[in-house]
Amino acid sequence: MLKAFMARLRQGYRTGTFPSTPPVLPDRFAGRPEVFPEKVSDEARSICPVEAISENGRIDLGRCIFCGKCAKVCPEGIRFTDEYRLGAFSHDALTVPGVEPWQESSNPELRKLCGKSFKIRQVSAGGCAACELDFNVLNTLAWDIGRFGIQVVASPRHADALLVTGPVSDNMRLALEKSYNAMPKPSFVIAGGACAISGGLYREGTTAGGVESVLPVDMYVPGCPPHPAVMLEALLRLIAYR
Amino acid sequence: MKNFLELKNCSAVKLNDLPVLPFADFRQTLIDSVGNENLRIAAFFPLQKSSDRYLCAVLVDAAHRCLRCALSGSGDKFPSLTPEAPAFHWFERELFERYNMEPYGHPWLKPIRKADGDYFTMEGDAVNEVAVGPVHAGVIEPGHFRFQCMGEKVYSLEISLGYQSRGVEKLLEGKFSSKTLPLFESAAGDTAAAAATGASSLIEALTGTQISQRASQIRAVMIELERVANHTGDLGALAGDVAYLPTASFCGRIRGEYLNMTAEICGNRFGRNCIMPGGVRYDIEPERCKKLLKHLERVNPELKHALDLMFDSPTVLDRFENTGSVSPETARSIGLVGTAGRASGLKMDLRHELPAGFYETAAPKQAPGGNGDVLSRAKVRYNEIFASLEFIGTTLQNLAEGSVYTPVSAPLQTDSIAFALTEAWRGELCQIMVTDAQGDIAQCRIVDPSFHNWFGLAMALRNEEISNFPICNKSFNLSYCGHDL
Ligand code: SF4
Repeated sequence: MLKAFMARLRQGYRTGTFPSTPPVLPDRFAGRPEVFPEKVSDEARSICPVEAISENGRIDLGRCIFCGKCAKVCPEGIRFTDEYRLGAFSHDALTVPGVEPWQESSNPELRKLCGKSFKIRQVSAGGCAACELDFNVLNTLAWDIGRFGIQVVASPRHADALLVTGPVSDNMRLALEKSYNAMPKPSFVIAGGACAISGGLYREGTTAGGVESVLPVDMYVPGCPPHPAVMLEALLRLIAYR
Repeated sequence: MKNFLELKNCSAVKLNDLPVLPFADFRQTLIDSVGNENLRIAAFFPLQKSSDRYLCAVLVDAAHRCLRCALSGSGDKFPSLTPEAPAFHWFERELFERYNMEPYGHPWLKPIRKADGDYFTMEGDAVNEVAVGPVHAGVIEPGHFRFQCMGEKVYSLEISLGYQSRGVEKLLEGKFSSKTLPLFESAAGDTAAAAATGASSLIEALTGTQISQRASQIRAVMIELERVANHTGDLGALAGDVAYLPTASFCGRIRGEYLNMTAEICGNRFGRNCIMPGGVRYDIEPERCKKLLKHLERVNPELKHALDLMFDSPTVLDRFENTGSVSPETARSIGLVGTAGRASGLKMDLRHELPAGFYETAAPKQAPGGNGDVLSRAKVRYNEIFASLEFIGTTLQNLAEGSVYTPVSAPLQTDSIAFALTEAWRGELCQIMVTDAQGDIAQCRIVDPSFHNWFGLAMALRNEEISNFPICNKSFNLSYCGHDL
């Protein structure tokens, strides 16, 4: 016991300072890109592995896996910044250039309902498990989402929101629908990661091509996978945490 | 074994160079070889060559440090190898499910990636069946577990997978494109560095591209960082499952430190979008290297301290010791690989047996094996962590001069097959690419280490208390998506 106590002292207090200060991100982190549609080249469009760049030179962050290939071949049209506020309430705020996601306001109903307690049930439906792993990180003491009244629960019956990851594989569709139906209403759905938003790399696989074709979505969190800071910032905006 | 073609790891050959054996010889050679401790099956799948379909077998021959491959025209029905060589059971079930083939005499022929509702059951008044999943209680991937118990004791566990199936191998077919690497990387998201290294070697083999020493060093550093991060997370999770919270919480944080080191190299915590055919996209410049070494110097002792605390705690050891044992005999016969195989006393580690890339020059020390219980699986990981950390440190201090990228100029060699086996953190990851007459990708195979090991978890649970399932499961921590593809 004494040893464990001493260990605690040695390991120290380790919870990060976000959100009171911005998160520490690596210099090569790819966040929201700056896009100049008229300068986006055909080469950039065709190199994109997920067809995220439209004919008119706009990037759909719901599809983007942030591989940076487009910016490499077309630096004058696309430049990735370290802007991590990517979570969006609408499709409009997923398109760049377009509405800046942090300018949108969250669903007032949700704030009224949940107050300072927000329970999330995560359902993994296809995908590669990276989204789950980086969401799980929010539960470690480095991020400690409990501080904000956010808790991950085991049963959908206890949940305010469903966080879905993965493109919704055909084999998980039924289980996902059942989980959703088991939630008390009203309930909210968060699509975490490119697969959940748009099918990502698996849009043409044995999947539904994203959550939206199965359930209504209240928040989209881009990334492949979304960095923990991206996910946490989005959740805090969703519950209008102050 | 002489009738199988000898191949180097990460090489390519023309399909026509693969020997085609009469089925009886093919079958017998395979059965004999997997009984030998230096040979094991890496892949077993149907291969289309012009208009004919063959069965293709790839073996790891550790004694001769090479791969062995041969084909055989088996027809759609053939006598199963499983009764004599159980390591084939999962492969044969896959043949049955995906290709409608019938290995007759297989003791339990049913799909592996789609629940068919037909489970092994026990009868009797005192028997109780426990069904768990596909949606589990935590934040983890979906899968279905059926326990047949009497009281608390598990007699049988059946693991039914396929919920993560999204068609990875199929999507890889066609032109080699900007999608190819991301698809390989996301076969199992926690194994991206190993997968990207293997996949890049496939392309390099098929195009005759030589990469620089510096690039292969950076790849190895990323693979080992991936190993350290995952092992750290798993040891922390094991601590959590026996309610030893100090180590659980310290490791949860420390795992993140190693992921952040990977992100320091390439911007992504899982090492995505960095390793590519021809080398790596990002260099580790001297300043960055210094920063990484400093970071390692700070975090490594914290990790050792957090882990030693757990391994010194009698209450933890009591839960780990003699729990979920898989004997060396069982492990060999069902074909366990990687950390779980080593923990059951099997000597296997591709970084030493079939070294490719920088591992030909140097590799982390091999961890001593164990007797196959949860404690052994935990200890193997502990030892691997520190061996890898030492390797990472030395490699970073001795980065070769030069560029990190060599352009891939040639098209993919036509009508060929390439093999890459990589020691990923869970174990042996086998990737195979077949090209057609146009040099497009005709077929890809990914055999994740979990493909070999899921049945090991089922074996670990036999005669075990059901309450020990979480720690048995964590000690393996297998991939659902890597298996399901
Ligand atoms: S960064 Fe996004 S938009 Fe650009 S090529 Fe990659 S996936 Fe496509």
